[in-house]
Amino acid sequence: MTAEIRGRRQWPLPKQADPAAPLLRVNNLQTHFQLGRGWVKAVDGVSFGLDDGEALGLVGESGCGKTTTALSLVRLLPSNGRIRGGSVELFGIDLVPKTDRQLDRYRWREISIVFQGAMNALNPVVQVRRQIAEPVQYRLNQSESASLKRADELLDMVGIPSRRLGAYPHELSGGMRQRAMIAMALACDPAIVIGDEPTTALDAMVQAQILVLLEQLRRDLGLSLILITHDLSVVAETCDRVLVMYAGRVAEEGPVSRVFTEPRHPYTRKLLGAFPNIRSDRRTLETIPGEPPDLVNPPAGCRFAPRCAQAMPVCAGTLPPEVSFDDGVRVACHLFGTTA
Amino acid sequence: MSARYLGQRLLQAIVTIAAIVLLNFLLFRLMPGSPERILLRNPNLSQQVVEATRARWGLDKPLIPDQLVSYIGSTLEGDLGYSFKFRGQPVTSVIADRVGPTLLLVGLGELISVFVGIAIGAYAGWRRGGVVDRVGSGVSLVLYSMPYFVIGMPLIVIFAAGLGWFPTSGMTSVGGGDRPFPDNIIDLARHLALPLATVSLGLIGQYSILMRSAIIETRSEDYITTARAKGLRDGRVLRAHAFPNAMLPMVTLIAINLGYVIGGAITAEIVFSWPGLGTLTVTALQSRDYPVLQGIFLLVAVSVVLANLAADIIYGLLDPRVRR
Ligand SMILES: Nc1ncnc2c1ncn2[C@@H]1O[C@H](COP(=O)(O)OP(=O)(O)OP(=O)(O)O)[C@@H](O)[C@H]1O
Ligand code: SF4
Ligand SMILES: [Mg+2]
Repeated sequence: MTAEIRGRRQWPLPKQADPAAPLLRVNNLQTHFQLGRGWVKAVDGVSFGLDDGEALGLVGESGCGKTTTALSLVRLLPSNGRIRGGSVELFGIDLVPKTDRQLDRYRWREISIVFQGAMNALNPVVQVRRQIAEPVQYRLNQSESASLKRADELLDMVGIPSRRLGAYPHELSGGMRQRAMIAMALACDPAIVIGDEPTTALDAMVQAQILVLLEQLRRDLGLSLILITHDLSVVAETCDRVLVMYAGRVAEEGPVSRVFTEPRHPYTRKLLGAFPNIRSDRRTLETIPGEPPDLVNPPAGCRFAPRCAQAMPVCAGTLPPEVSFDDGVRVACHLFGTTA
Repeated sequence: MSARYLGQRLLQAIVTIAAIVLLNFLLFRLMPGSPERILLRNPNLSQQVVEATRARWGLDKPLIPDQLVSYIGSTLEGDLGYSFKFRGQPVTSVIADRVGPTLLLVGLGELISVFVGIAIGAYAGWRRGGVVDRVGSGVSLVLYSMPYFVIGMPLIVIFAAGLGWFPTSGMTSVGGGDRPFPDNIIDLARHLALPLATVSLGLIGQYSILMRSAIIETRSEDYITTARAKGLRDGRVLRAHAFPNAMLPMVTLIAINLGYVIGGAITAEIVFSWPGLGTLTVTALQSRDYPVLQGIFLLVAVSVVLANLAADIIYGLLDPRVRR
């Protein structure tokens, strides 16, 4: 798989890349935001991997750190955000110690992002095709006319009719804008595309079309995908693996087929129970009582402990270690101790 | 920009100018002192002379429609009446003499400060908290909040009175304008230097402060994160994405300011005895020279309307969202 997909690259690997290294390995990532009253530990010790051609779903309640995790990969954090620990290894190259100038080499050419709500993610005063051509021209050093030609091909590929080529963002519908965002994300033929709630705010019909498009492009182009969403059915349909986050940490991670059929972490179970489409019976829809913890002063032990029905004395004081199972699932919960 | 948008703006401008002309007519007829008395400047006139004067100037006719119609007619012909103070001189020529100096001083000041102020403001906002921002914003705020004479007086004290590099006032030395080229230009430039510095410094303060906040607001937009995510150089993100959007509110502001250029920078002109429209306004006010004041009012009001029209048109060209 890996060799076949890397063979399809149009551009050489970065110079320092180790051809034998996995695509992406995130180890113990800690991204915090500085506030007057202390550091918001938005991402606090998150690890995961992504292989060539794989699709990883990133799920969890609002504010659990999904966007922060994604933005940390190529360090696009707000000005008060800092990566305070861990590593982000792309082809074996750690991106965390790189300067902004050095990181520019990896942004968009290796990792591109489709942001939520493309209305604001596109510059309102620049033609959409020019925004798509921009990374081709400035990052791949193509001529302006070649870049625009590439932009038009990309727009065609995502299904935007050629008569809309000169359009400005406000002249396109929400679905069209999101297609244009996807075209833009593909402009430099990246290894990884991150979709941060790419279909939120679109109606169900258009959502489905966008997801089909993403899925088809992923297969055709051999992309790896990180999909952030609140919609577990989308993860079930499009992703190979799923990472469930809670309050800045990994609760559970593993193959979608395993995690969704046999959730182990109490939070994953609640999350699946709170979602109607997975366990089809809408009447038994559960809600998760309580609020996520304050991330400036999170609980010392398991962060889910204040809301967990199965909490034990050990949970409040000791951080649960991550335990890996034979079926590829990883869980951080005292119910599954190393000896259990 | 659609023809409809353009048509709407044009119509709006024409209606506004018509309203201004009407207001100008009414306003100055509500001023204290009957016009003929002011005209003749003599409280002991015989009734006969007053009647004759009234008849001669058409003041015996009703205000509306007769006086209004003839006012509009002569305004359209460019006849704004005659100055009280500069007896016999038509208002248009009194004003025309002062337009040049004002345009030179305030127009050039605007031009310099638009470029310098926007450059400083954009850089300060982009590198918020950096050296340029901390020094520049402090200085800008001080300059912005100071009236021109507070900026101008120290300049005179230091560079004119103290060091003697520049003359203290006026636009030319005695006979300076008649000297052969390039001496006449050098003479003018030496007179222009301090008032121009005063006007420019004040406006640079204003433009840089506003541009700074426009850039800071733009900086947190999602499309700036997109541009960063594209791995574009910082300068390109600023030039191609932040700057064009931040300029949208600035265009309106600059254009409206340009409309007021014609009115002169009154305090700056006075401090430096600059023979522009600002000093003319003050002279006319002091001598109750209503026709001249009326003329200046009309000129400034029409310029502001035209500048607004220009702002709308430029805005329409820069922002695709208003083209519909
Ligand atoms: N600039 C910031 N300064 C301080 N705190 C921040 C900042 N940005 C995000 N946070 C906090 O960090 C946490 C994680 O935010 P993040 O946006 O990553 O969550 P998310 O999982 O993407 O949520 P959502 O599903 O709502 O998009 C939240 O608690 C948020 O309040
Ligand atoms: S560690 Fe304890 S509190 Fe946390 S999820 Fe597991 S059982 Fe619940
Ligand atoms: Mg988010």
